[in-house]
Amino acid sequence: MKPAPEQPLTLVARGVTVTYPNGHAALADASFALAGGTICALVGANGSGKSTLFKALMGFLTPDAGNVTISGAPVRQAQRRGWVAYVPQAEEVDWTFPVNVHDVVMMGRYGYMNFLRVPRSVDREAVAAALHRVGLWELRDRQIGELSGGQKKRVFVARALAQQGRIILLDEPFTGVDVKTEEAIVTLLRELRAEGRLILVSTHNLGSVPEFCDQVVLINRTVLACGPTSEVFTAENLQRAFGGALRHFDLSRSTVEAHDGRHVTVLTDDERPLVLGQGGHLEYRDRSAHEKLVADREAGKGLRGSSE
Amino acid sequence: MLAPFFYDYMLTALWVSTLVGAVCGLLSGFITLKGWSLMGDALSHAVVPGVALAYLAGLPFALGAFTSGLLAAAAMSFVKLKTPVREDAVIGVVFTAFFAFGILLISLFPAQLDLKSIIFGNILAIAPGDVVQLLAISAVCLAVLALQWRDLLLFSFDPNQARTLGLPVRRLHLTLLLLLSATTVAALQAVGAILVVAMLITPGATAYLLTDRFGRMLLLGSAIGALTAFAGAYASYFLDGATGGCIVVLQTLGFFLAFLFGPKHGLLAARRARRRLCLIPPALAP
Repeated sequence: MKPAPEQPLTLVARGVTVTYPNGHAALADASFALAGGTICALVGANGSGKSTLFKALMGFLTPDAGNVTISGAPVRQAQRRGWVAYVPQAEEVDWTFPVNVHDVVMMGRYGYMNFLRVPRSVDREAVAAALHRVGLWELRDRQIGELSGGQKKRVFVARALAQQGRIILLDEPFTGVDVKTEEAIVTLLRELRAEGRLILVSTHNLGSVPEFCDQVVLINRTVLACGPTSEVFTAENLQRAFGGALRHFDLSRSTVEAHDGRHVTVLTDDERPLVLGQGGHLEYRDRSAHEKLVADREAGKGLRGSSE
Repeated sequence: MLAPFFYDYMLTALWVSTLVGAVCGLLSGFITLKGWSLMGDALSHAVVPGVALAYLAGLPFALGAFTSGLLAAAAMSFVKLKTPVREDAVIGVVFTAFFAFGILLISLFPAQLDLKSIIFGNILAIAPGDVVQLLAISAVCLAVLALQWRDLLLFSFDPNQARTLGLPVRRLHLTLLLLLSATTVAALQAVGAILVVAMLITPGATAYLLTDRFGRMLLLGSAIGALTAFAGAYASYFLDGATGGCIVVLQTLGFFLAFLFGPKHGLLAARRARRRLCLIPPALAP
């Protein structure tokens, strides 16, 4: 029953239920299915069970009911093959630890080494390739605390690459990262998607999701919706997921509308804002990547008779 | 100057101290990075009743100490799991309870038990049987660390990554805890229950100030541990003072030197780096 590596990659959660020792349900009957070659966002408010689901997917906890399978096999089996790679949140890492960039990336190779974990030439080559790919080869001898925020993030992405993970889970990848680095990481994730890997991003940063995730799993104690971003990311669904937890600013009812025509600039200090059009469809910053969708909308608008 | 080498008891004290110092120093790298310093302190006190009972029953002291230490560790994790009391408070409650019980036992049987040698160590009067026990403990600890140090490193640095690779995280945790208990027991004879914790922290903390590489930090910690233990035991002959006191004072001196003159993290290096930064703007100014 062992699936060959060439077999298409799938990640399936069936009725995952996790209950805390106090009887409180963190997650009930959560189900979704994903296949390789996608960047999927795991979106939910704090306390929505998002991190619980994330842990269940990584095999850190065993669900009280239901199960998670990777290409038909339990998570543990995929782990032993090195398929599941994990990019931690910046706050989870001890940056004062006496390890350098090369050491950390080499940790991705442990699963391929013998009992003593002595690196062979194939391990060194994988680490070198991963470091070149994320542009950290020149900094390989730096202690990890001496890196910038974006470089720190890339070290752990490089580790996932060196591990040759087929499922890469990223926990809040864009917190504390500048816009330029965010774009560099997104470009890299798109390349990894094109290679058929499954990228799963846990985030509460709604605005960046439509820009680079093609699928979304929306969570509030269970899976509320899952599918293509344009279908799942609607005002109604987000309202169900976040309730009153979102700050909401309706431009059409604001004073800017009357005298600004259609031109409005939205500024935000850290997180990218999520902008929804009339009727609740997604507005993309990068329209060229979504030409067909935009064209369809324009056509629809034409039929209704636009005043412009 | 060579006088200590002409006495058998001094020779034994010297090489046993050196060995124990090396093993403790090696492990101290993990203890300081994992944040288990308080745990080390707790275990070193918690072994006292076990040592007392073992001597009373005529059993190997290491067996009693080891059992007692593990019981204390189990009690701590049980209480922590079942109550909302904070971890440091739980550790405080449990280890003082064990220590108090040990002191009580020793005071009840003054003829069979020597309070001073258990609390402060007495390496000069170490029994041949105890030397064998120390040797066995040290050999096992060194072997386990030599084979598993990379796994323990990953477990200390990033337990989640260890888990995603399918490494037995729980077993690694237990391994480190057992190593800590075992080295505590070994160091007990050399420096006594009160000062064991210094042997398990100071060399690692010193090495941490001297290097940015984990492997080098382990070796440096071990070398510092061995050197200070040897020099401390040697000095105690001339000073006619407590061996444990001599060793730990030397270790603290080493830490102080690293704190001042460390190449990267030392006070002077930090000041130099600051001064260099301050010098650049005027040079660039037109």
